[in-house]
Amino acid sequence: MPDLLAARSQMAMSLGFHIVFAVVGIGLPALMVIAEWRWIRTGDGAYLELAKRWSKGAAILFAVGAVSGTVLSFELGLLWPGFMRFAGSIIGMPFSLEGFAFFTEAIFLGIYLYGWNRVSRSAHLFAGIVVAASGVLSGIFVVIANAWMNTPAGFTMVGGDAVDVRPFMAMANAAAFPETLHMTLAAYAGTGLTVAGIHAIAILRGNRSAFHRLALGIALTLGAPAAILQPLSGDVSARSAAIHQPAKLAALEAHFETQRGAPLHIGGWPDVDERVTRWAIRIPYGLSLLAFHDPNAEVKGLDDVPRDQWPPVAIVHVAFQVMVALGTIMALVSMWALWRWWRGRSIDAVVDDRLVLRALAVVTPMGFLAIEAGWTVTEVGRQPWIIHGVLRTADAVTPMPGLVVPFLIFTLLYLLLGVIVVYLLRQQIVRAPTQ
Amino acid sequence: MSLTLAEVAAWIIVVALNAYVLFGGADFGGGVWDLLASGPRRQQQRDLIAHAIGPIWEANHVWLIVVVVMLFVCFPPAFAAFGTLLHVPLSLMLIGIVLRGSAFVFRSYSYGPRSEQRRWGQTFAISSVITPMVLGMCVGAVVSGHVGAAMTAMDAPSARFADTYLHPWISPFSIAVGAMTVALLSFLAATYLTIEAATDRPLQDDFRNRALGAAVTAVVLAIVALVLGAESDVMARLIRPGWATLVLAGSGVAAVTSVVSLLKRRFQLARVAAGAWVTLILWGWVLAQFPLIIPPDLTINAAAAPNRTLAETMAVLAGGAVVLIPSLWYLLRVFKGSDQSAESLGRDGQARL
Repeated sequence: MPDLLAARSQMAMSLGFHIVFAVVGIGLPALMVIAEWRWIRTGDGAYLELAKRWSKGAAILFAVGAVSGTVLSFELGLLWPGFMRFAGSIIGMPFSLEGFAFFTEAIFLGIYLYGWNRVSRSAHLFAGIVVAASGVLSGIFVVIANAWMNTPAGFTMVGGDAVDVRPFMAMANAAAFPETLHMTLAAYAGTGLTVAGIHAIAILRGNRSAFHRLALGIALTLGAPAAILQPLSGDVSARSAAIHQPAKLAALEAHFETQRGAPLHIGGWPDVDERVTRWAIRIPYGLSLLAFHDPNAEVKGLDDVPRDQWPPVAIVHVAFQVMVALGTIMALVSMWALWRWWRGRSIDAVVDDRLVLRALAVVTPMGFLAIEAGWTVTEVGRQPWIIHGVLRTADAVTPMPGLVVPFLIFTLLYLLLGVIVVYLLRQQIVRAPTQ
Repeated sequence: MSLTLAEVAAWIIVVALNAYVLFGGADFGGGVWDLLASGPRRQQQRDLIAHAIGPIWEANHVWLIVVVVMLFVCFPPAFAAFGTLLHVPLSLMLIGIVLRGSAFVFRSYSYGPRSEQRRWGQTFAISSVITPMVLGMCVGAVVSGHVGAAMTAMDAPSARFADTYLHPWISPFSIAVGAMTVALLSFLAATYLTIEAATDRPLQDDFRNRALGAAVTAVVLAIVALVLGAESDVMARLIRPGWATLVLAGSGVAAVTSVVSLLKRRFQLARVAAGAWVTLILWGWVLAQFPLIIPPDLTINAAAAPNRTLAETMAVLAGGAVVLIPSLWYLLRVFKGSDQSAESLGRDGQARL
């Protein structure tokens, strides 16, 4: 395995692993805080049980997220010293802010997890709210750093060096808003619908305890609106890419030829040598409409990009199709479930509708699969650049040879951790009350 | 003496590193005592350690993130050099960090059989030894000037893999520094634990004896490190008269104070003196190395980010501290306040189920 590929694989694997825990770290605290708040309001013990159960899941997942995030912060230097040397002083600001958000999160998570009998109810709820809020902020700051890699700003290039560095301007880069919006909604939609799905499965298996019914309600409250809003935020992201990263947009849409009234390709396989997309459903004017909200707008194709600056088109296109398909299903099922709930005036309307429950069960893994696909789109779609238009990934990699070794070691380590986490979370769910 | 912005940033990093050593370091020391738990109260020792670090280890761990982030924001070339030349030990340290943290929570939240919990306990304990050992070796590698030398030599065609990526951090001196780090952090942890065990005299004695043993080990290893590293410029400056020597002498006073207070069972004083000892060793090193960030040549100012980055980062740090310091104080008050004692151990155990 070439060193550059090994380094990219290790980074991709580390990010793909960490993001699951990062996303749960954003979504799960929101769920447990809602449950605890309902408990304080209603005095219903099932809500307290839920808050405690979710907080235990949060404890396991947060710890793995914290350590795998530490790995990433080091890997920036271990694998990409060229990137850090160039960019450290420019994009350090969001990482510094993230450091504080993460610190606050860790402090109040400690109080939340171990402080049930040590602080007052309102102080405890407040700790939970701080965990939920700082989790969102952490995510936003890290994604801003990634957005900068896509749409670099806040410095001037003079002879290969960045001068006149303005860190706050770097944070206010063009992709920052679309990316952070998309990721935050993804975290809520992913966590909410996955949790809803797990409880829907339990109900389908005949366990109709208050525990599962209330859990389903709270999870849908968080996940469904986010899933419904997500396609709109996707539109914002795609239009941003159309303006700032035409090569990425062209790759993810498998759009080879610059043209007005460009069609949209749904599915299909891009043939890079022949520069055509085969077996796709073509919707005339679709891409121009989506990218610029104008059926006759010109959309740049890959033809306009030098061949050595193309991202791997097939991977990006397929990942994008997967993400959009999963996101669409999630939004539709969410609308259906919320409609049933609203019509029936009670969560029991959802609990009694086995068809909706089955749909929710099927959706369970989709949020996380869509998130992995989405990160593939944004990261692979930026290649061959590590900083779009400024620094190539190949020029940023460490000179150390034999990078396949750390890649394999960390992969094994994370596989092991993944198996153990699933095993422990299953224990938590299996022990759920049946009454 | 007038400091540049870069030097101020470097001092702030040292303060954060100091906090990591005093808080996060002691959590690793706790893991060492989990590994070495013995005698009739073996289980109580382990329970006390888990109880003491459970609520706070994640917050303590974040100090390391602060150090890393500050380093790559304020001194990108130095961070890039560390990441390149210390790739192997830093990866080992990361594996240790991952295993330590996850094994600790896995043990806390497992419903599995006792043997399974024990296996995670062992993983937690062993990685608690490896991580500070390797971190200490990295410090030794920088102090000795080997990292700096390898940085200059790595582009030469004659440089072999081992010359660039292994030899700089594997030397008798760096191993001595690594072992001293483990001993010091164990000493720190045992001293803190004497206070956690205040209501249980035999348990308190266990940790008092362990603290004394670790203190003696640390002193021996510190002398070994001084002898082995005497050739390097930085270590030479520790021994020659100057600020660094004064600080080193102060650390000697703190060491004696902490041992005497342990012997006299004055545990609160022992805790303060233990923290002072470790802190002064750290600052002695830093002062001896100042103004270099990577000896023998790279200075703090030469490796620094542009002034605007430094200034804005410090503004953010100041703002962040306003949120952080009261929060940390609150966390420690809730879990380490004077009204907390071992009687709450059982209560917590139930609360967490």
